[in-house]
Order: sequence, then C-alpha cells, then structure tokens
Amino acid sequence: MTAPTTVPAERRRVTVQGVVQGVGFRPYVFGLARELRLTGYVSNTSEGVVAEVEGARAAVAAFCARLGPEAPPLAVVQSVRDEPVAPRGDAEFTIEASRGGGARRTLVSPDTATCAACLAELRHPDDRRHRHPFVTCTHCGPRFTIVTGLPYDRANTTMAGFPMCARCAREYGDPTDRRFHAQPVACHDCGPRLRLLVDAPDGPVERSGDPVAGARRLLAQGAVVAVKGLGGYHLACDAANPTAVAVLRHRKARGAKPFALMAAEPDEIAGLVHLGPEERALLTGMRRPIVLLRRRREVDEQARSLVADGVAPGSPDLGVMLPYTPVHHLLLGLPGDAPGPRLLVMTSGNLGGEPIVTDEAEAFDRLAPLADAWLTHDRPIHVPCDDSVVRVVDGEELLVRRSRGYAPFPVALPFTVAPTLAVGGDLKNALCLGRDRSAWLSAHIGDMDDLATLAAFERAERQLESISGVAPARLAADAHPAYRSAGWARRNAGTRPLRTVQHHHAHIASVLAENGWDGSVPVLGVAFDGTGYGHDGTVWGGEFLLADYDGFRRLAHLAEAPLPGGDAAVHRPYRMALAHLHAAGLPWTAGLPCVDACAEDERRVLARQLELGLNCVPTSSAGRLFDAVSALAGVCQRARYEAQAAIELEAAACAWDGPAPEPYAFHLSEDPDTPWRLDPAPVLRAVVADVTAGTGAQLIAARFHAGLAGAVREVCGRLRERTGVGTVALSGGVFANALLLTACLHGLRADGFTVLRHRLVPPNDGGLALGQLAVAGRL
Amino acid sequence: MGHGGGGMLSAELVRDVFAPAFGGEHLAQLGDSAVLDLGGARIAFSTDTYVVRPLFFPGGSIGDLAVNGTVNDLAMSGAVPAYLSCGFVLEEGVDLDTVARIAEALGAAARRAGVEVVTGDTKVVESGHGDGVYVNTSGVGLVAPGVDIRPQRARPGDVVIVSGPVGVHGIAVMSVREGLEFGVEISSDCAPLGDLVRVLLAAVPDVHVLRDPTRGGLAAALNEIAAAAGVGVTVEERAVPVPAEVANACAILGLDPWYVANEGKLVAFVPPEHADAALAALRAHPLGAQAAVIGACTDQHPGMVVARTGLGGTRVVDLPLGEQLPRIC
Ligand SMILES: [Fe+3]
Ligand SMILES: [Mg+2]
Ligand SMILES: [Zn+2]
Ligand SMILES: [Zn+2]
Repeated sequence: MTAPTTVPAERRRVTVQGVVQGVGFRPYVFGLARELRLTGYVSNTSEGVVAEVEGARAAVAAFCARLGPEAPPLAVVQSVRDEPVAPRGDAEFTIEASRGGGARRTLVSPDTATCAACLAELRHPDDRRHRHPFVTCTHCGPRFTIVTGLPYDRANTTMAGFPMCARCAREYGDPTDRRFHAQPVACHDCGPRLRLLVDAPDGPVERSGDPVAGARRLLAQGAVVAVKGLGGYHLACDAANPTAVAVLRHRKARGAKPFALMAAEPDEIAGLVHLGPEERALLTGMRRPIVLLRRRREVDEQARSLVADGVAPGSPDLGVMLPYTPVHHLLLGLPGDAPGPRLLVMTSGNLGGEPIVTDEAEAFDRLAPLADAWLTHDRPIHVPCDDSVVRVVDGEELLVRRSRGYAPFPVALPFTVAPTLAVGGDLKNALCLGRDRSAWLSAHIGDMDDLATLAAFERAERQLESISGVAPARLAADAHPAYRSAGWARRNAGTRPLRTVQHHHAHIASVLAENGWDGSVPVLGVAFDGTGYGHDGTVWGGEFLLADYDGFRRLAHLAEAPLPGGDAAVHRPYRMALAHLHAAGLPWTAGLPCVDACAEDERRVLARQLELGLNCVPTSSAGRLFDAVSALAGVCQRARYEAQAAIELEAAACAWDGPAPEPYAFHLSEDPDTPWRLDPAPVLRAVVADVTAGTGAQLIAARFHAGLAGAVREVCGRLRERTGVGTVALSGGVFANALLLTACLHGLRADGFTVLRHRLVPPNDGGLALGQLAVAGRL
Repeated sequence: MGHGGGGMLSAELVRDVFAPAFGGEHLAQLGDSAVLDLGGARIAFSTDTYVVRPLFFPGGSIGDLAVNGTVNDLAMSGAVPAYLSCGFVLEEGVDLDTVARIAEALGAAARRAGVEVVTGDTKVVESGHGDGVYVNTSGVGLVAPGVDIRPQRARPGDVVIVSGPVGVHGIAVMSVREGLEFGVEISSDCAPLGDLVRVLLAAVPDVHVLRDPTRGGLAAALNEIAAAAGVGVTVEERAVPVPAEVANACAILGLDPWYVANEGKLVAFVPPEHADAALAALRAHPLGAQAAVIGACTDQHPGMVVARTGLGGTRVVDLPLGEQLPRIC
C-alpha cells in the first residue's frame, strides 16, 4: 500500500466541483487511488469533493488526469483543481466523514431512474431486496426531491426518519459496496413502507395484502389510483380502458389535453409511434422524461387496442415515459407476475395549473374527488418535481418542460453573473438563481394564477437558495405590469435593485445563454410565442430582434391584429380568426368554419367590438396567428388547453402525405424608419381561397407551416443584408412546434446562417427566467 | 385613461399624490366617505364627480348616478344620508333640454333616496373643453352612536355578503355607449342604498365593513378591503351571483364580471355569528332580494383576494389595471 521509499513522494490536493455528492464519487476516488497505489484521503466538503493523494509523481499525475473523465454515471464534473501540498506519509488511502460549513459550491444531483443493478435485485427472488419498492444505490434513485439541506448526508434528507438496519448500515459504510453512502439506502426491514388505501365515505381505508398487487387489480378493473412517485403523486389508470380514461379526464376537468403514458419497455409502444435511436435513448436513459413521440399514421388493430382514443385526442404525439422508480416497475409487473394493464395513463396528481400534490394528507384530501385509491408511502417528498417533457427535433433533444431528472442541475453560463434571482413568467413558471458562471433553473412550478402555485414558488425559491448557496443581491422580472411573478418580485425586493426585462428579449437571451454565447456580438433573435408585454403597450409575439444581453432593437415583427377580449380570444380561436380576417380586410363569409363557429349574437358584438377597438389590444403574436389559421381551416375552434389550436394544426400538417406543399406567402413591408412588418393578410386570403375551394385542412396546415418557415428565412436574409449579422437565435413557445423548428433550422442553415436553438432549456416561458437572469445579472 | 378606471393606477394616484399632498388623518383612512366628529355629532361626508358617457342609459342617467353614488358612499359608512350639494359643469352649446332632463332625474333620485339638495353651483366651459355635462355632488349624513364601519375593521372569520347580482351597471352603460347589442336589454342597477343599510344595521348593529363595488367592480372592492385590513378574502366562485345576460355579454367581450361596475349593490363584512341575520335582513328588502354569502375573511394570504373555483382550485383575484391585458403566453 505505501509508496516505495526510494521514489520521492509527491502529494497534491485535488478539489472537484459539480454534481459530486451522493453519486458514489468518494468510493470512486477511493478505488482510483488504490489502483494507482496512492495514499491520502477523500472527503465531502461544502466546496466539493476534496482528495489529497500522495505517491509516485506519475501516479499522482495519472490520478489528476483520470479523475474527471472516468467519473461515475450520475456525477457531473464541472471543475478539477489541484495544488501541491507537503507529503505526510500516510499509511493508506481513507474516506473521511463529510465536513459542512463554509460557502456552498457543490451541487445536488437530480433524481434518477432505478439503475440496472438495482432492477436486477428487485427482480431476483433470492436477493434480500427482491420486490423492495425503494431499492436504490449510489447510481440511482431520489436526490433533489429528498434533500433538505447540504452537505448531502442522510441527516439532511427525508430519509432521516428511517434508521438503517445493521445490514444496510454495513453496506452504507463499506467503500467497496455499491451502496456506500447512498443516502436513501433501505431494505424491507428498515425502509419506508408502501400502503394501499381505497376511498370510503369517511376517508381512505387501508387495504391489507400486497399493496402493489392490490393496486394492479384495481387498475385492471378500471379504477383511478393516485400513485406516489419521486416528485409527487400521479393519477394512474389503464390506458387501454376507454371508460377509465374518460372518467379520469372528466374528474380532472381536463378538456382534450393529452395524458402521458407509462410503458414497461419501448417496444410496447413501437407499433403506435415512431421511435428513432434518439427517442429510445431518451426513454431508457437515467433521466426518464416524458418523451413526445410522433404517432404512426397506420396503426394495426392490436396496437390500436393498447391506447384508448381518449388518451390524447387530436394530438399528433403520444407522451410516453418508462418506469423510473421501483414502485413503477412493480406496478407494470415483473416477469412472472399476473397480467395487468400494459400501458398506464400517468398524469400529474393535481388540479389544472396547480402544483403537483406531494403530501400524503393533501393527497387524501385534494385528490379524493379524482382518485379511487392511493398507492402511497411514508418517505416524505421535500419539494415537488413534475415529470419533464422532451421531444426530439432535428435529431436533438428539446425540452418542453424542464423538471425531474434535469433540475436542479445548473446551466453553465459563458459569462459571470452577480448573485441574482430571476422570477420568470406567469405561466409554466420556473425561477432561476445565478452566481458566477452558474444558473440554477428551478423545476417547473406551474401557473401563477393560483394561490397554491404562489406558495410553491416561494418554497422552491427557498430550497433553491439553500442548495445553490446563492443569496440574490438583484432581482429580475418580466415587464408585464400585471404578472404575478413580477408583483412577487416587487413585494420581496426590499432594497435590492429589481430590473424588468422585456419578454422576448428574455426569450432570446435564454437561448443565447444556453448556447454559451458570450454576447460580444449581437444576433438576429426570432422570438415567436403567444403573448408578451411589449414596450409600446401592445402585445408582442412575432418578433425579429437585433439583440445581445444588454439590449435589443425591434427590427421586424408580424403585422398586428386585434386581440378582441384579451384572453377570451385565446380561449376561442375562432375569434382570433375573425379578428385576423377583419385586420386583413376580408369578409366574414358564411361557410368559413370560423364564421360558422361563432354564434350570430357574438359575431354581431364582435364586429362592433373590432370596429371600435373595444378591449382589443393589438398583437403581433405568432401563436395567435396559428390559432387564427387553425380555426379558419376548421381544425380547432375552442382551445381547452394551452396552444391546443396550434398543436392540432401541427398535427394536421404532419398528416399531409402529398407532394411538398406550396408555401403561403407573407408580405414584407420594409419601411426604413420603423420596424418592418411581416403581414399575414395574403396568407389569410390564400387560406380563405383554399377553404372555399374545398382544400383539406392537412394541406392548408402544411402550406402554412412551410409559409411561416419561409418567411422567417426571408426576413432573416433581408435583415442580414441590412445588419451584417449572420447568427439567428430561435426562441419562444411557438418553437416547441417540431415541424416549424425543423423547417426553420434547415432553411436558415441552407442560407449560411449559424442557428442557435434550445435543447436543455425550454423555448417556452419555462425558460424565460434564464434569459432574465442573463440580462439582469451579467457582470 | 387608466387613472380613472378605479384600478391599480387610481389607487396609486390617491396614495402617492393626493394623500401626501393633502395630509390629514381622515383622508389617510381612504374610505369612500369620511366620518367626522362635529360638535358631538358624527357626520359622514363624501364627494364624487360624475363623468359618465352616455348621459342617459337603460335604468338611469347621470342625474341618478350623481345622487346614488354619493348617497351610497355615505351609506357605506353606516350614515343616514341627509343633504347634498350639486355642481354642474356644462360645455358651451349643450342642449338645455338635456340639462333639464338631468336635473329632473337628479331631483327625483334625491326624493327617492330621502335626501335634500341644499346648495349648488354651475359653471360653463368653452366648447371643446368639456364633454357635455359633468356633475359633482357632495353629501353629508349622520352616523348613529356605536356604528363603526370601515374597511380596516374586516377580521378573519367575517362572512362576506353581496346584496345582489354583480356587473349589471357597467354592461348596461357600455352597451349603449358602444352600440353593442346583446340580444336583450340590460338595465343599470342604479339605486340608493341608504334604506337597505338602515334595515341591515337594525338587524345587525356590528357590521364591520360596507362597500359599494362601483368602479373596478367586486374585485376592486374586495382587494381594497383586504389591503386596508391586512386580511385575506376567499370568495367561492360559484356563489357570486352574475345575471346570465351579464355573463354572456362579458364572455363575448372578454371581460370579467367581477371587474364590472355596479351602482346599486353593496358588499358587507359581518361577524360570522351575525351572518344569517344579516342575510335575512338584506333579503327582506327589495334591493337585497338576491343577496348571497359569497365568501369569508381569513388570516391566510393577507392582503390578497382568492377565488375558490368549482374544481377546488384557488385563483388569485388581482386589483384590476386600467385595461385588461392578456397574460397567456
Ligand atoms: Fe413567451
Ligand atoms: Mg365615490
Ligand atoms: Zn441503483
Ligand atoms: Zn435495511
């Protein structure tokens, strides 16, 4: 063990920062040091993992070189620093206890899916953790949602209330064991307990027997079961059972919003959706998000029977995830189990817009109207964390909702920021804390209309401050005067400066920051979304900005149309179609689907309302143009969930299987003194002509997508001539549309542009806080 | 335009400009009327200026508003309204017949409200410097001993009652002003509330708060009370009476009926043990026949008004801005 005495020993202290605690990093260091015959120690500190190694110069150098690249799977190494220290001649290499205190520079790992080794134990009849619903090790399991403080030790997790049995303690203390210092380690003897309760007049009543087997029976009978997962409760039902799906949809008052599914294996759904290698990798990876998968056009009877029509009516995609906790694996059945539902609907256990329910008492109370039974356990969830939602666009991941598996891992910034809190937007809120070169984007919090969401926002903010160690000295918020998030920032800023950041500027800054753009030169930012407050008091959302982090100039935008009745127009796309026809000077001809969808009374008042401009804010929104075309083409007249009309228009376009559609043409007016206007009037005229001629919605939708992508390409080309800027950044919720994003990427690249797009930060308002942070916090 | 909307901007103007400039402890209370001790008598005193367009609308006119608005502000302090002053600002060239009709309506409204117009003033401004007719009224009334009604008295546990359906006046005025036809005629609820308050106080002397939800509607009234008293207000969404024709008009226009003005309604905060008596007293009066309990005060979320939705959700009800801007991205 000791270094040969003839060779002069060298000793170096190595500090590793990143996600290096609770991920098996110290045993890994221990193994590497032993392999290289080095002595010294390794320890968790609030600075990160610190190791001192002593031995032959070459061995010490090898240690420093291999430490980062060979780190264990859950570790994310951000930096490795080493410095010489005086040799001490230790006898061996040891693992020392964690040391707290000091500034916090270490990171908490996101929650991750059950690893292969744990899964094998779960399935093995002779293993002592056979069918143990909480099997976990240093390479998998809960982290973020159970951490109550740092350093990451059992006492600072919600496992503190479960003293380890002797056998678990032995594994926990053995550096050569996979469970060495795995904080959530447990077994049948000492771990949390699963319980099944069923609804009864006086409250939930516990069922005896195997809780999982009981839950599977209930699911097979068509029941809705609330299942406690990592970051909150799901409501589960058998996806193949149309009645169960309809009951769940009705109880959640969810309109037509698609439900996510859980499948045991990717192959279970291979007959229903297109599965590329990227999709398979996302499904089976350790983060386990909901992956949006394009449905197959032709589906055979057998595959069709797996998923009731009510699961995702009108959606071009199915959202699918694979089991990520032992409970999920058990629920879908281990090999040899009695048959049960093959695909489960797994939707967040909450009421629309509210945060996901995490607390058992709350679950019994608030989910009582929604669930027939509860499969629950007594390991507390410290912070809620919804499922993340991703899709693959142009061969790369695109986050639609960034939460479990991703949060709270920070985004690395290409510049330094002051300690800053950015509060984000009002819908799909996520907040962001930044310091130095890191930005901690919180998990998805929800819609700020809701009192429960405001409370969750405050909890998330406190927890993120505690795990990041950022004490914000500045705040950033959206410029919208009525945003509740901005109101919260105003109330809580105290003496700290609060900067408001224009909505679309924040979107563009968000995609720049994610791409490591240093900000030394501006880009052409294309920000397409539903609604954002513009500096001129109108509502923006179809913007071409010359932007860097410091500021922006509005170079071009979609021509405005009135938004009659504000949010009423958003909920009723036919109103948006009529408003766009009005703006384009086109008549409301009977027979057009949007005209027929509007009752005569309403149409009469709407006409007057538009004529007077009564409660009609002008908007350049691209999202609202999607709504208008969707209604005009007869695809969607009422939006019962956010962006429904646009999503269904994308679905229609994807279903077009004819020859390449001829793009609709916009008109670009290039006034030298004011922002250029990209007028959709010719598009509306062409859509009306197509509808009148009996052209199908699929072709209309395809022509519209091609037309808008073509317009983006054309406007960027003309703006490059004017500004000399050759980099385009695409952001805003409209760019969650895979068809549009792909077409824009290909078109712009073909024209020689460098294109920056989102990957790990959502293009929608879930990514807004990162942009606000970059603008307001940058030093 | 935002500063007259009764919303956040107007509240800011009063708080940041007028209150500091005028000083005085009574103004600092920011009630609809001030209650003053005058030689041993407790006098409620209030003033308001009426700039409504059009001057005549279904169910009333600017004359009715000028009386009822001021009388109701007095009544919301628990006062028995007694005397009014009346000032007219006329734009040169305004039709004299119009002025006469307004004056008649004003006189009739005063008789109905049981108050006397005892002093007045008329000014004429150049054509183009006014908008036809503006009317200002001030009023005084007597507050009975022991009656202490002001927004600051809202307490957690208080039950919140509204005296009838909301949103009628604002929609009635808007429909004629903008020429909107909703298929049915909607008439203003404009009415004097002195007598309704009298019967309420006879049944329940310890009413904590009264408020007439005029500009900014129910939402503004509840927010002002929540802020003034530092309490939370929780409203059951389904309990708030909204006439079908108002709901329909609001849906078409994209307005929220809780933010639409009323001129003949009151909101009462009463201790829970008196809630039944208060509701019964209101319902026994023709102007309160459709009174309803809509919510309660809480020590949760101080300063905030929260609506509980039919699904058990909790929607934050903000103080309205001058204009409703969309928030959906
Ligand atoms: Fe946005
Ligand atoms: Mg007044
Ligand atoms: Zn594992
Ligand atoms: Zn154990």
